[in-house]
Amino acid sequence: MDTKLLEYTLRLGDNALILGQRLVEWCGHGPVLEQDIALSNIALDQLGQARMLLQYAAEQKGEGFTEDKLAFFRPEEEFKNALILELPNEDWGFTLARQFYFDTYNYFLYSELLKSSDENIKAIAQKAIKEISYHAQWSAEWIIRLGDGTEESHHRIQKSIDDLWEWTGELFTKDEIDLFAENDNIGPNLDVIKENWHEKVSQILEIATLKKPEAEWMQSGGKQGSHTEYLGFILAEMQSLPRMYPEANW
Amino acid sequence: MSDKDNWKIWEVFIRSRNGLSHKHVGSLHAPDEEMAIKNARDVYTRRSEGISIWVCPSESITASSPDESEPLFTPADDKVYRHPTFYEIPDEIGHM
Repeated sequence: MDTKLLEYTLRLGDNALILGQRLVEWCGHGPVLEQDIALSNIALDQLGQARMLLQYAAEQKGEGFTEDKLAFFRPEEEFKNALILELPNEDWGFTLARQFYFDTYNYFLYSELLKSSDENIKAIAQKAIKEISYHAQWSAEWIIRLGDGTEESHHRIQKSIDDLWEWTGELFTKDEIDLFAENDNIGPNLDVIKENWHEKVSQILEIATLKKPEAEWMQSGGKQGSHTEYLGFILAEMQSLPRMYPEANW
Repeated sequence: MSDKDNWKIWEVFIRSRNGLSHKHVGSLHAPDEEMAIKNARDVYTRRSEGISIWVCPSESITASSPDESEPLFTPADDKVYRHPTFYEIPDEIGHM
């Protein structure tokens, strides 16, 4: 078993799982029925991607591991998702600003994963990229609508764009796992993703008449397993049923 | 966002596959045509129902009045010869 490949797979899988779990909280609470369904669809896409990635991770782990065991029976510090994804949803604008930052990142990331030297990751990326392209288009459009909307929507989305900024750095900060993936052509060079991301984000924010934040200090730790206080609550909710009834079935 | 008055109602038409015409499937809310298409995609094509979407503002639809249904529709009731029931449609014709 290649522990670095496993680690890389878990990071991708946990990003999808934790974001999906966060987004389903909106189900039944969206501002209008149509957007409630739109966001629930995106949540389901994320969960679908999480399943494929965690299945692959479980396969690498062997020893009878399954996607469910990874999702429901791992403790907090073994989750490797980026911190931005575990932050509470707050209001619609905050949720959408996070989507915009993350979907844009995911779009450039998965476009590169289409060329992965790892056949499984490549196959997953081929399936996921169509969904992710739609997500990125959808959330960017919302940022433009809210930024270039009313005075109140402009003000509120700008605040969310600012507040979330310090959580974006982690996506592009390389550690040994990212370097391993880059060197073995499993994943891309994050510097390139960062450059593409900044260009796209600047472009959309400009159309949206919003100011791009400039602060340089960034949060970090999620992909190494050091989380905010919020992840524990997500896991408590997500894992409570399988932990209470490990044999539970649909 | 609480101002939902500017979210118009749109009628949605889906073409389920090539060769069939767009069929009315329902309505939805959206502030403009762009989002109406996106909403229609999310609300009405989640189970692979279609390959093409049309939307139009509900207010653009002119409907016949129920009061007029007698003069409009009943004259056709006793003209059975207008129904193509006197011959068989060959299989190759496909959708009629």
